[in-house]
Amino acid sequence: MDNFILLLGITLMYSTPLVFGALGGVISERSGVTNIGIEGMMVIGAIAGAAGSYFTGNPWLGFLAAGVCGALVALLHAVASVSFAADQTISGVAINMLAPGLALFMCRQLFEGAAMTPIATKLPKILGEDGLAGTPFANLNVNVTTVIALLFTVIMWFVLYKTKWGLRVRAVGEHPAAADTLGINVYRVRYICVLVSGMLAGLGGASMTIAIISQFTQTAISGHGFIAMAAVIFGKWKPFGAYGACLLFGFTQALVILLGGGEFVIPSQILSMLPYVMTIIVLVIFVGRSVAPKADGIPYVKGSR
Amino acid sequence: MNKVEKFLRGRFASALVAVIIGFAVAAVVLVAAGYDPIASFGALLSGAFGKPKYISNVFIKATPILLTGISVAFAFKTGLFNIGAEGQYILGTVLATVVGCSLNLPMPLQVPIVLLSGMVGGALLGAFVGWLKAKFGIHEVITSIMCNWITFYLCNFVVMSDAFHKPNSTSAVPVNPSSYTILFGMWKKSEAGKQFLAGIPWLREILLKTDLSAGFLIAVVVAVIISIVLKRTKLGYELRAVGLNRDAARFSGIAVERNIVLSMLISGAISGLAGALSITGTSPHTITLLAAMEGYGFNGMSVAFIAGCAPLGCIPASILFASLIYGGMSVQQAMGVPSDIINIMIGTIVFFTALPGIAPFFANKIQRRREAKELASSQGIERA
Repeated sequence: MDNFILLLGITLMYSTPLVFGALGGVISERSGVTNIGIEGMMVIGAIAGAAGSYFTGNPWLGFLAAGVCGALVALLHAVASVSFAADQTISGVAINMLAPGLALFMCRQLFEGAAMTPIATKLPKILGEDGLAGTPFANLNVNVTTVIALLFTVIMWFVLYKTKWGLRVRAVGEHPAAADTLGINVYRVRYICVLVSGMLAGLGGASMTIAIISQFTQTAISGHGFIAMAAVIFGKWKPFGAYGACLLFGFTQALVILLGGGEFVIPSQILSMLPYVMTIIVLVIFVGRSVAPKADGIPYVKGSR
Repeated sequence: MNKVEKFLRGRFASALVAVIIGFAVAAVVLVAAGYDPIASFGALLSGAFGKPKYISNVFIKATPILLTGISVAFAFKTGLFNIGAEGQYILGTVLATVVGCSLNLPMPLQVPIVLLSGMVGGALLGAFVGWLKAKFGIHEVITSIMCNWITFYLCNFVVMSDAFHKPNSTSAVPVNPSSYTILFGMWKKSEAGKQFLAGIPWLREILLKTDLSAGFLIAVVVAVIISIVLKRTKLGYELRAVGLNRDAARFSGIAVERNIVLSMLISGAISGLAGALSITGTSPHTITLLAAMEGYGFNGMSVAFIAGCAPLGCIPASILFASLIYGGMSVQQAMGVPSDIINIMIGTIVFFTALPGIAPFFANKIQRRREAKELASSQGIERA
């Protein structure tokens, strides 16, 4: 029972940054813009969150700063892929190169050459620092970001499937020309979606550096954006699908930690492969063919056929 | 059409414009951070090309990213995004090390076998990803990312395993010297070699102070071969056809699934070769415990994209990137500028190569100005 609670707690903790990143991927790709740059945007959010929290002393301001900075980086991607009809894969790859460079450069400028920030104030846990302490449920006192992530998932599902605006986003992602003839401003929809995507990715980065750990380090975000990207495809470009994929991933990570501490004689390196091997197996057995939004990755040029 | 216009519409213009903008953005960042951009770029240049041994090191650094660049470019031309070059590279290093330290054959046998085992590793991993896509329709991006991490931990597992771990170190046992691809490896350290080199200081510096190897030459040969395969063979035609329009290719009788697997197999083999050549060509000639992804695959993506995914274009692109990365280290030493500025620069360059309209945009401007001028002069003639 204790192990189960522990497993659940770690699962939720590990999956949270991924959920933010994956939701960012979902909204961007549903509007027809591939976003390989999630990783870079998460790194920017990670430094902005930690630095913001450190300088203001208020982690919520750090969290906000992370969202804003993530969106600013996403603006680059939006300008390239929406206005300039650029190759979105290349633009995303560029952002993954640019953003970590910028993050480390800023970090070294702000903190006298250090590649990490000092310890910053963390966001609270849902029941306060000592909530449930001493009870078997202590590990269920999750970070507040975990709840925010779930909340955003619900909101995104509602917006995408239950509102006029969501229908527009999906139309733009499937058939932008048709949407255009109905008077939907394809460019504006895509701009908004990419910016929201960057904001979410930025929040995801901060939910690593000011909720799980309490500072920015060079390896705070290492591949989380790519895993989130995989979760988008895994979850078939749906908010709850992506959420589930992230949970599965967090669960396997938690298993690694739990098994690593046990009496099993599996080398830790082999154990560490588990989440990745399991993802492939689950994909082969349960998921299979995933169909992207039809116009995903294709720039829309008004008037072209 | 005048010369400037023609150039701006040409193939190299976009890359050149992107490089210039990359330097401009870096200059702005440097000024904003209180550094002298001109002196920094000077340090960058002399750090990359200032001494013969620096130039040699640039080519050594360019070798793996040239190959992973070709790997990504090849897959991209056939409609696949090989984000897994990183993992294929790592598996190449692992298998080359395992085979290279287990076997000790004469050099003419040993070197090809070690290189081939690296290639086979990369090829199998690539083919696995291709097979998952062809058979189950699983997106190659997901499986490639997963495979990157699996090979990452596999590498660490092999390093720490009883069979291959070098005691009291964080690396595996080095490969046997018969696997080395270093140029004139034995000769340059012999008495005769030393005597000969004493008369030619620059060559002496290059050979004795750097691990100049056959790697870059091999990589260039690969670039030529892949370019020919893509452009001039039936295989290349089929692969590109699948990349351009899968349904049309299927309709014209091309085995789409087979071609997907084949494309990833070849792409993986090239990345695997990159890994094997790193082991045979540069010290410590073995794999070490990885703390983070080393980025050879990801840098390969940058190389491929600035080259417009042309295999031959990857050659200058890889030299450019290697000189930036290698020269960037001196910028940090000489000017105290964080070397991360180089990543900002490379990112900017790649970003602007993604904008296909940027060079033609300037060409259009010049054209309009010229046409306006011609119109004005022709009207002048009519009036007269």
